[in-house]
Amino acid sequence: MIPLSWYLIVAALLFCLGLFGVISRRNAVAILMSVELMLNAVNINLVAFWRYLAPEESTGLAWAIFVLTVAAAEAAVGLALIISIYRQRDSVVAEELDTLKY
Amino acid sequence: MSEETLVTMTWLIPAAPMLVFFLVVLFTNRNKTLSWLLAWGGVFTALILGWTVAMQVVWEFFQDPHHLAEHPVVIADSFAWLPAGLVPNWLRMGISVDALTAVMLMMVTTTVTGIFIYSVGYHRWGEGPGTHPEPGKPNHDGVEPLFSRFFAFMSLFAGAMLLLVVSDNLLMLFIGWELMGLCSYLLIGFWYAKKYDDPKQIRPKTAAVKAFMTTRIGDVVMLMGIVFFYRVFGTLNFSEALSAESLEHGVELVGAASIGLMVLLLFAGTVGKSAQWPLHVWLPDAMEGPTPVSAVIHAAAMVSAGVYLIIRIFPLIAVAIDGIEGVEYIIAGIGAFTALMAATIAVAQKDVKRVLAYSTISQLGYMVAAIGIGAYIPAAFHLITHGFFKALLFLGSGSIIHGMEHGAAEAHDHHTDPQDMANMGGLRHKMPATFWTFLIAGLALSGFPLITAGFWSKDEILAEIFHEGQGEAFAFIIFWMLVIGALLTAFYTARQITMVFLGKPRTSLAERAHESNKFMTIPLIALSAFALLAGFPGVPEDFPILGPLFKQNFFHDFVGTTIEETMVELFGVDLIEQAIESVEFNPFPVIMSIAVVFIGLGGGWWIYSRKFSEAGQPDPLERPLGPLYNFLKNKWYWDELYDVLFIRPTKFFSRTVVYEWIDRGIIDGTLHLIARSVYAFGRYLKRFEEVVISGGVDWVKDQVLVAAQEFRALQTGKIQEYVLVSVLIGWALAVVVLLINSGLFDGLFN
Repeated sequence: MIPLSWYLIVAALLFCLGLFGVISRRNAVAILMSVELMLNAVNINLVAFWRYLAPEESTGLAWAIFVLTVAAAEAAVGLALIISIYRQRDSVVAEELDTLKY
Repeated sequence: MSEETLVTMTWLIPAAPMLVFFLVVLFTNRNKTLSWLLAWGGVFTALILGWTVAMQVVWEFFQDPHHLAEHPVVIADSFAWLPAGLVPNWLRMGISVDALTAVMLMMVTTTVTGIFIYSVGYHRWGEGPGTHPEPGKPNHDGVEPLFSRFFAFMSLFAGAMLLLVVSDNLLMLFIGWELMGLCSYLLIGFWYAKKYDDPKQIRPKTAAVKAFMTTRIGDVVMLMGIVFFYRVFGTLNFSEALSAESLEHGVELVGAASIGLMVLLLFAGTVGKSAQWPLHVWLPDAMEGPTPVSAVIHAAAMVSAGVYLIIRIFPLIAVAIDGIEGVEYIIAGIGAFTALMAATIAVAQKDVKRVLAYSTISQLGYMVAAIGIGAYIPAAFHLITHGFFKALLFLGSGSIIHGMEHGAAEAHDHHTDPQDMANMGGLRHKMPATFWTFLIAGLALSGFPLITAGFWSKDEILAEIFHEGQGEAFAFIIFWMLVIGALLTAFYTARQITMVFLGKPRTSLAERAHESNKFMTIPLIALSAFALLAGFPGVPEDFPILGPLFKQNFFHDFVGTTIEETMVELFGVDLIEQAIESVEFNPFPVIMSIAVVFIGLGGGWWIYSRKFSEAGQPDPLERPLGPLYNFLKNKWYWDELYDVLFIRPTKFFSRTVVYEWIDRGIIDGTLHLIARSVYAFGRYLKRFEEVVISGGVDWVKDQVLVAAQEFRALQTGKIQEYVLVSVLIGWALAVVVLLINSGLFDGLFN
């Protein structure tokens, strides 16, 4: 088997990419995609740890499916919000949505 | 009559009029009729009870005079006034009736009752309100607006005088004394709103204050005497303190000189109350009060109280006179000087009441001089007879004034003074009852021989002083002063009667005068009976013809019982030079007194009937006497002297020193200073608060705001920035935790 750390590193890389995307993308949908990327990276971590440390228990597995489901739900909600905002403001650029300020 | 009944009666004598005072003040003030009826009730009660009690003593005298002499006090009752723990009887108040009390009661109740009857008519009860009644001013054509108040005060006054008379101790006497002083103030100033155009004329309210202040001086000194008395004798009760043993003990304790001082201190009260020089100045101005007030206060009662005091404490005075030189000179000297001085002033007075005022001062001087020489009985006798005829004279003068005022109303003349004798004349036809009674009283005052009471009493004083004068130069001088005084008395009396009643009316006021109403004339007639008859109980036994007729000198023996035993005992222990005895009859003083009476009366009548027949003429004495006349007319300038010596300095002291300098300057100044300091401190605190405290708080606030401004910049509303910041902070924390876990900072915290 390849060492666990390889999976972890890949997951970390993906996570960082997602994080970078969240911070720097203009379009709100792109930010959501980056968030999905982060969530998937975490999922990889979860599955890796399960397979290598406690493969006989189904806890890890269940948790990963859970995360996936939540991610999907969250993406749906997020998109709904973006559509609503676009209808209000005619824009999906995250930088322009700054009315909750001082 | 049982002892208890008599005691109760005696307490009621002063209590009845005093009760009437309260009833009138509280309840019947609005109802004039009810008020005077109540007042009459009070004094008639006092009259009946007073005479009953007095007659009891008289009866005892006739039963057994020696017994009365041994036990002079017939009725006595007292109670502990301030029971104080272990010494409940240190101050007892009570009543005591002896022969002196009896004669005083008879005189005071009779004259006061007569005056009360008179007052109802004087204040025109029954008439309508008049054209313009003003409370506080005399009402010339209607009933007195403050009628009830008058009777209330008079009743209080009567109660106070009677309290003084029946008192058995010095303190209760003093209480009655002071109460009368108060009533004198209230009654002299009865017409409190009365004003005069002439600023030199004293107003009633000023005269009232003057009376009170002047007598106060005497009263304060008397109070010192009372305190001294208590200190020496341990009691204020007359019978106890003035018994021979007590006096002996007193002389041993403090010496005769101190006893003399005590007597002089107490005498000062008499000088004030009985208007002797130098405190005589209040009495003539007290004539501003209504005439019944002058009659009761300044004839029958208050001024008599002063003489009553020195008669009461006579054993003490006798010890002082014979114990130390000087006391006699002072007392008799003041008395005789006053008698003479006042008589000279009376000669030059225009106002009918002022003549009588000075006459009163003069006659009181006779009584004081008598006591000074040691003539106890004659002084008491003259006190009694004087009460009657002087009250009669005053009431008569009130009747004259009423008649003149009636004339003024009819003639519509309100500028002529109705009290000025120069405006009168011929009133004997217009007012016969007043004339005859006034004449009788005037003759009594002059001492017209035999038929008037004044003759007997004045003659006894002169006789006894003459007797003393045989051995002592001082008494001899006093005798001649009093004789000259008697001459002047007769003169000014005749002057007064001639100017007022004889001849022809000099103005329209006198022209239209008429006799006064029955309320006023009946008391005049009643009192004139006393002025004629009251002398006969005192006819000396060895007086030619009349003496044997009366068999004994009742007054002398009766009143003598009061101190007979005491004087004998004092003589026995050598504290006095002679026991009280009646003087042998000597024709010289009698002849002198009769002579001066006729010369005086004749002279007065002759000068004033011939030469003074029209109004506006100057007084016939003015030119012959020259500057002396003005000196007499202006009352020897005593008032002016006192003004310079006492009144102006006192006013200066109170207005400038006390008011301006001390009160406004120092006291108010201190307060203002404190106030200013407090304000200044307050302002300082305010600045401090504004700058330091509020300022500090505000600075903190401003700093917070500045910080907030800075921090606000963080909240941009851009989510991506928030995420970036939180990630950076997360990484920093992770680094720190890793470092701690790696053991780098272990040495720091353990």
